[in-house]
Amino acid sequence: MKDQSIYAIELENITKTFGRIVANKNINLNVKQGEILALLGENGSGKTTLMNMLSGIYKPDSGTIKVDGVPVSIHSPEDSKKFGIGMVHQHFKLVEVFSAADNIWMGTEHTGFILKKDRYNKISEISNKFGFEFNPKKLVSNMSVSEKQTLEILRVLYYGAKVIILDEPTAVLTVQEIQKLFDVLRKMKEEGHSIIIITHKLNEVMEISDRVTILRKGEYIDTVNTSETSEQELTDLMVGRKVNLNIQRPVTEFDRPLLEIRNLTIKNDEGSNAIEDVNFYIRGGEILGVAGIAGCGQKELCEAIAGLRKVEKGQINHKGENIVGLAPKTIIEKGISMSFIPEDRLGMGLAPSLSITDNMILKTYRDNKKTPFVDRKTAKAKAEEIIKKLGVVTPSAETPVRRLSGGNVQKVLVGREIDAGPNVIITAYPVRGLDINSSYAIYDILNEQKKNGVGILFVGEDLDVMLALCDKIMVLCHGKLMGVVHAHKTTKEELGLMMTGAKNISEVNGKIAGIAKDSRIQNAEEEDNA
Amino acid sequence: MSAIAVLTTFLFTVIKYNMALLYGTVGEIVTEKSGSLNLGVEGTMAIGGIGGLLVGCAFDNIFVGILASFICASLCGLLFAFLTVTLHANQNVTGLTITTFGLGLYFFIGNGFKASGKWPDMLSTEGFKRGTESLKIPLLNKIPVIGQALFSHSILIYLGIIISVLVWWYFKYTKPGLRIRAIGENPASADAVGVNITLYKYIHLMLGSGIMGIGGLLMAVNLSGSFEGSKCWINGYGWISIALVIFANWNTVAAIVGTLVFGLFNTLQVYGGSLSNAFPKLLGWLSKIPPQFMQALPFIITAIVLVVSSITNKKNNKPAAVGLNYYREDR
Repeated sequence: MKDQSIYAIELENITKTFGRIVANKNINLNVKQGEILALLGENGSGKTTLMNMLSGIYKPDSGTIKVDGVPVSIHSPEDSKKFGIGMVHQHFKLVEVFSAADNIWMGTEHTGFILKKDRYNKISEISNKFGFEFNPKKLVSNMSVSEKQTLEILRVLYYGAKVIILDEPTAVLTVQEIQKLFDVLRKMKEEGHSIIIITHKLNEVMEISDRVTILRKGEYIDTVNTSETSEQELTDLMVGRKVNLNIQRPVTEFDRPLLEIRNLTIKNDEGSNAIEDVNFYIRGGEILGVAGIAGCGQKELCEAIAGLRKVEKGQINHKGENIVGLAPKTIIEKGISMSFIPEDRLGMGLAPSLSITDNMILKTYRDNKKTPFVDRKTAKAKAEEIIKKLGVVTPSAETPVRRLSGGNVQKVLVGREIDAGPNVIITAYPVRGLDINSSYAIYDILNEQKKNGVGILFVGEDLDVMLALCDKIMVLCHGKLMGVVHAHKTTKEELGLMMTGAKNISEVNGKIAGIAKDSRIQNAEEEDNA
Repeated sequence: MSAIAVLTTFLFTVIKYNMALLYGTVGEIVTEKSGSLNLGVEGTMAIGGIGGLLVGCAFDNIFVGILASFICASLCGLLFAFLTVTLHANQNVTGLTITTFGLGLYFFIGNGFKASGKWPDMLSTEGFKRGTESLKIPLLNKIPVIGQALFSHSILIYLGIIISVLVWWYFKYTKPGLRIRAIGENPASADAVGVNITLYKYIHLMLGSGIMGIGGLLMAVNLSGSFEGSKCWINGYGWISIALVIFANWNTVAAIVGTLVFGLFNTLQVYGGSLSNAFPKLLGWLSKIPPQFMQALPFIITAIVLVVSSITNKKNNKPAAVGLNYYREDR
């Protein structure tokens, strides 16, 4: 009998190395039938590597994998599918130009040579069975992130997966969407599916999981029952020492507005409005958070401020001077720095194949005007200073950036931007995918800059963090400003409602949000009117 | 010749002498749909052409010739697949290598046969030559002008049309077609759902190259199988095919239209004079165009096609992963 084993999956003494790097060392992990196991660990602790061995992407060097108590060897995703294991990857593995149905259909077996129209019905049936609302003919490119994730989950269910692995599923979802996802997971659990969920967010671990397995630096630490532990204990196990979980929000003296945005309209690559008639301002010594569902114009806004994207309408005022239309270089020289961490983390700002030193040179090569040659000495000193100050884990300053783990890459990027001594910092998703330790290092860096009177625009994902770190939070919904709220006076639920457009407080009693009383551009406006 | 006769011959020639482009284009579309850019069309067509002609004449059968051209060319595809899929070699360099290699082998074999006096005389073969003669489609070929221009061609012309339509249907309405499109768009997604990427790529790279090879045979037949020691039959058509893929927006049925449009301008080179004589009022201006311009026209058109398609096809159907090799363990 299959059901004799209480464990759906057992991993015993799994070891995996990449060259000289040991990603997983003697890991033990097991999942019972019908339970939700959270897999917790910092960046580079080997969580995704371990799960990729279950999904057939990697092969373990040594160790045993058991499915329903029977030892198996998984050589490819095809094998993994046969054993009833399905993985929802962090970066969705979907074909953008296909419909939802075709994305599922391409992996089905024994469904005939010719594509028939009834495949849409078959997929609708399954999705109704699991309680999803779903249009099988919708193209993936027209889907929201949440819909894409639903499709991925539905796909593994359609293939008959009994064990479902979710790699950081909540990183890109809103509060409401996360609750919806958790409802689905609980339902799947009731039906006897086993679920492994990888996440960094401790509150989610506490909410959804039955047990937690903790990895640290590629090694197995412990497995604990969720009901018998606390967030503090989990953090300590994960990091290996006591960690203070409070994010600081130092009180500073606010300055007059440094950066003021008025009636800004920006188009996206497709030519529709990414940002529409938005007003806001940042003072020196303040962190302004930007909340919104992914793809609500955050990227376009950052690019426009940095001078990388054309502004259709409106003003971007820096210390009272309109910087719309200036070259990116001029904007940098005025002290505005931007660091944008895209989903793939390496897409913007750093050249992956170049060393840390060379990446420093990208920004400072103009500084030495005496010789036509590149000044490697100063750059190397700077690189080493950042490595030391921010605790970047790297063999040397000459290591290509792409070989560093995500957190360290981000430290290098943020470190370089701050090194230039800016007065306005635009930072988008600086802690994207980072573990607690690295995240706190980044928050500390930002707070230090804030104390020095720098104005910071913080585009974030995690509302809990934004509520703790930011002074004020502005909310965007489909490129429109829904309002600006004080972080200590608002709640997660209110922000969630504003993000989905259910609540709009951008104009209350005739007072438009995002315009400072002591604006520096009043004079300019009068001139315009005259 | 009457004016109508000139027009008929002109249209007939457009199809007969340019249909080889369709094979090259369809073959390259199959290749690109599987996520590979094979720049070796010219060499692959040369190999298919010479292999098909020699074997076809030896067996004195056009079908054996077609099969041989397909197999010889698909071996070029196999080489391309081995280098790029298994060994992860750069696709551009590998494609160029195949062109150089293919043309080299073409001249090596051809000159070898010629020197030893064993080069077959296609025109004196019994069965093979008969196979290349025009096959009149009953009833349809009685239609004035069109009947002669469209429905009295050799089997190689009809086969090209049939293959393009079949390939179009295959991509749109079959599961293997769906899977190969998935590989061309996002190999990681196909891999994640358990599609055997290596197998699919090998099969379709060989299929694509094989189709190109039949085009090579058509060019050989159009030149009556005569081998010149210094000039290859393919004469740049392989390169033009690569441009036509973009013009056809990766659609094999649109490739038929692309081939005809291109063929129309290409044929003006030869027929410009007689057309202007036949229709002095309408096309008299054709005779005023210098012949050098006409000779350059196919390449000018190619350049224009590339410019126009890159301006208009912002949302083109180019498979997203074309030219990128896939490693499963890549991080």
